[in-house]
Amino acid sequence: METLKFILENLPAIGQRTLQHISIVGVAVGLAILTGVPIGVLITQSKRAADIVLYIASMIMTIPSIALFGVMIPLLSLIGQGIGYLPAVIAVLLYSQLPIIRNTYTAISNVDPALREAARGMGMSSLERLRHVEIPLAIPVIMAGVRIAVVMNIGITAIATYIGAGGLGAFISRGISQTDSRQLITGALAVSLLAIAADYLLLWAQHRLTPVGIRTSRTPKHRSVVAAASAAASA
Amino acid sequence: MIKLENLTKAFDTPSGTVVAADRINMDVADGEICVLLGPSGCGKTTTLKMINRLIEPTSGKIYIDGKDTDRIDPVELRRTIGYVIQQIGLFPNMTVEENICVVPKLLGWDMGKARQRASDLLATINLDPALYLKRYPKELSGGQQQRVGVARALAADPPVLLMDEPFGAIDPINREVIQDEFLKMHRRLRKTVMFVSHDIDEAVKMADKIAIFRAGKLEQFDSPDNLLAHPASSFIADFVGTDRTLKRLRLIKVRDAMHAKSPRVSHTEAVEEAVARMNEQGYEFIVVVDAEGRPHGYVDMQAVRERTGPVGEHRAALPATVRLDEDLRAAVSTMFMHDVRWLACVDEQGMFAGFVTQRGITRLLGQTYRGAGGPH
Repeated sequence: METLKFILENLPAIGQRTLQHISIVGVAVGLAILTGVPIGVLITQSKRAADIVLYIASMIMTIPSIALFGVMIPLLSLIGQGIGYLPAVIAVLLYSQLPIIRNTYTAISNVDPALREAARGMGMSSLERLRHVEIPLAIPVIMAGVRIAVVMNIGITAIATYIGAGGLGAFISRGISQTDSRQLITGALAVSLLAIAADYLLLWAQHRLTPVGIRTSRTPKHRSVVAAASAAASA
Repeated sequence: MIKLENLTKAFDTPSGTVVAADRINMDVADGEICVLLGPSGCGKTTTLKMINRLIEPTSGKIYIDGKDTDRIDPVELRRTIGYVIQQIGLFPNMTVEENICVVPKLLGWDMGKARQRASDLLATINLDPALYLKRYPKELSGGQQQRVGVARALAADPPVLLMDEPFGAIDPINREVIQDEFLKMHRRLRKTVMFVSHDIDEAVKMADKIAIFRAGKLEQFDSPDNLLAHPASSFIADFVGTDRTLKRLRLIKVRDAMHAKSPRVSHTEAVEEAVARMNEQGYEFIVVVDAEGRPHGYVDMQAVRERTGPVGEHRAALPATVRLDEDLRAAVSTMFMHDVRWLACVDEQGMFAGFVTQRGITRLLGQTYRGAGGPH
């Protein structure tokens, strides 16, 4: 009850921190897509390169987030950005690489060899093949990687509050230091709800981006309109 | 149209160099269907894929329409050659229309023209454009997909078509239908077709020329009839099968085996007239026709020798007839089914045209053996 009261009294603050949270994850994962997808595509050309890149990306995943933030403080202090927004974005960007690169790589390498042969035999160049055949077919799997990255990093971003990046983690950290369960629960609840909402939104986006011909279940028109409305509402 | 000159492909494998195609020389004329035939691993697919340079030859030359293909950029080259594969390879993210328009788009055609072309092609492969243009590959049956695959290969009207076991994955009933459709289309379009198959029956049915491969070497390159009548080696004789003479029946139309002077008699004429005509032509039977010329039964010498009156009264029913455009296999099959030694042939209008006899057919098949004489 007290928690509910706290939430209602602090709605503006919760909203503002949610926006901060979204901005960190959104910008970082957006950049991660711009880097991870091309890397994932490129490494399909060489098994060796793929092994190395995926190994490095896996290594990054094993670094505890709190340690990664700590390492970045002295490094980014050189440009006066040791704490705050920038290190948070960089950390999320790094953590997002593995799911996005790995899913892109897997999706592109798993495109039916017959399709690749048909495309080559019909006179498509490598780039045309990527654009017209391989990427469209890989989109569902790439998007699944993006979803994993987003959901995972909404959680990681909560820790970024310790380096002053703000976001919903601020409620949690203050709840711990002040032994205030209201703030703690508010923060935890908000992070979970944000993660669930983001997952649904991206699932919808994944469905919309998947070429009609390879969608597993065809959504009738009116249903996708309803989904669009609800997604817009939740966003 | 397609000329292969000492075409060779050697692959380096951990266990040494494997020569997949060894100095292949072939010359396929404009508008011909050439079937590359042989057991798996014989080099037929390698040879096919060297033509559109999906596999780069180790040495040798390929000329298409007199042009050395080494001088053409591989991507450009492939856009001018239709390509059909066994797995069909329709792009699942594209509609039937988009699939057919791929090469025209790559060639920079106007989209309106490309769409019109897609619609026309669907009509020629017996798929209603209004129904199928906007469908996705997964909404088509296997046979329909392969038809679209052929249409897609023909989209930019290439003079040459390469087909890698195109009908191999289709069930036998549909395969016959699609083969027939393809042959019909081919008679109209006259593309030069290179066609890989491992099925001798398919090869005999489709080919103007058959090239038999074995372990990377071209063993024999000949017309289907010559190949079946005169296999160049015991390997080929084994490959084409012990029933190769029966297979030749498919290659000959009833029209070409029909007796030139097949006697007939109108049902109103007298029996004496019929007997006289049989004696004159040296046959033991004669076909009775009605006023329009349709076969209306037959009379047998033994049965009517002592009779009088119009033949119509003495005629026996014909067990079956055969059309002029059917092949001899169908004719022989009908003969065996009805236990008869001859069959009356009818033209498209159902008029009596002549007859084929078992003796005539065996003579026809035997001619080529008596002439040159193969190894058997």
